[in-house]
Amino acid sequence: MKSINDYPANIPPEYEEEEGQIKIFGFWIFLAAELVLFSCLFATYLVYLDRTASGPTGTEIFEYPGVIIQTFLLLTSSFTSSIGIFELRRKNKLRVLIWMGITLLLGISFLGMEIKEFATYIEEGVSISTSAFWSSFYILVGTHGAHVTFGIIWMSIVLIHFIRKGINPTTSRKLFVASLYWHFLDAVWIFVITGVYLIGGGINL
Amino acid sequence: MTEKAFSEHQEYFPWKQILGFCLSIILTVLALLVTFFMSYSRETTIVVIVALASFQLLVQLIMFMHLNELEKSFQIAVVSYGATVAIIVVAGTIWIMESGM
Repeated sequence: MKSINDYPANIPPEYEEEEGQIKIFGFWIFLAAELVLFSCLFATYLVYLDRTASGPTGTEIFEYPGVIIQTFLLLTSSFTSSIGIFELRRKNKLRVLIWMGITLLLGISFLGMEIKEFATYIEEGVSISTSAFWSSFYILVGTHGAHVTFGIIWMSIVLIHFIRKGINPTTSRKLFVASLYWHFLDAVWIFVITGVYLIGGGINL
Repeated sequence: MTEKAFSEHQEYFPWKQILGFCLSIILTVLALLVTFFMSYSRETTIVVIVALASFQLLVQLIMFMHLNELEKSFQIAVVSYGATVAIIVVAGTIWIMESGM
């Protein structure tokens, strides 16, 4: 395998140092492990699809308009953070901050809507202890929500670091890794809406 | 490869990202249409929307996460391995739990 150092020019700042390359690769290993973690939660949810203990089913409770808005918020935030990395590679600090700021705002709106959604469901009488179906629902979607929360905190810290230190191999690598995490969360959400909200409810409408 | 790998570096417009965004919107809308407005059988709908979601995962990985840039065959191997284990876990669990019913 060719090392990045064999490429003469145009190396993105996050790959400039060998340490950065290794850390980015390490993060891909972490993402692969996360993929497996979420697959276990999906497997649990899909097995418990019909185990509602004669209680409410997903079809009766899920609030589709809110879920669809959440999906588009997260899709857009994934796009804006990819533009942030595009600008990072063009070394335009201000534009990186603007796009990453938009990403954070979209992420926070997503999280707010998800909390509101959970509150509505609990008001309607389905909690984590209602049935096996609802336990696995809250665990799966809640784990994703916890990841988004962590992603928002993490990206804010990385951005503060970025504002103070400017574009250098370290800050670029940190921002790039945080954006990889953000894209990953969006990819997981695609499967959440497909597996949880559509297969677990919408399909019966 | 050298020029191609980082060609976006000098590009003035993020075509790759915009194409990825349009694709992900289209794929999501398609999945919603198929689920809510088409009257396919349950099995067909599931196959179609899972295929759409998987395609969208590829769009994310390639257009946004730059999985295939550089000659980083290792990270493609790691992600493929993770995806393989994930598929085995989900499909295997459903298979085992359904077969006894």
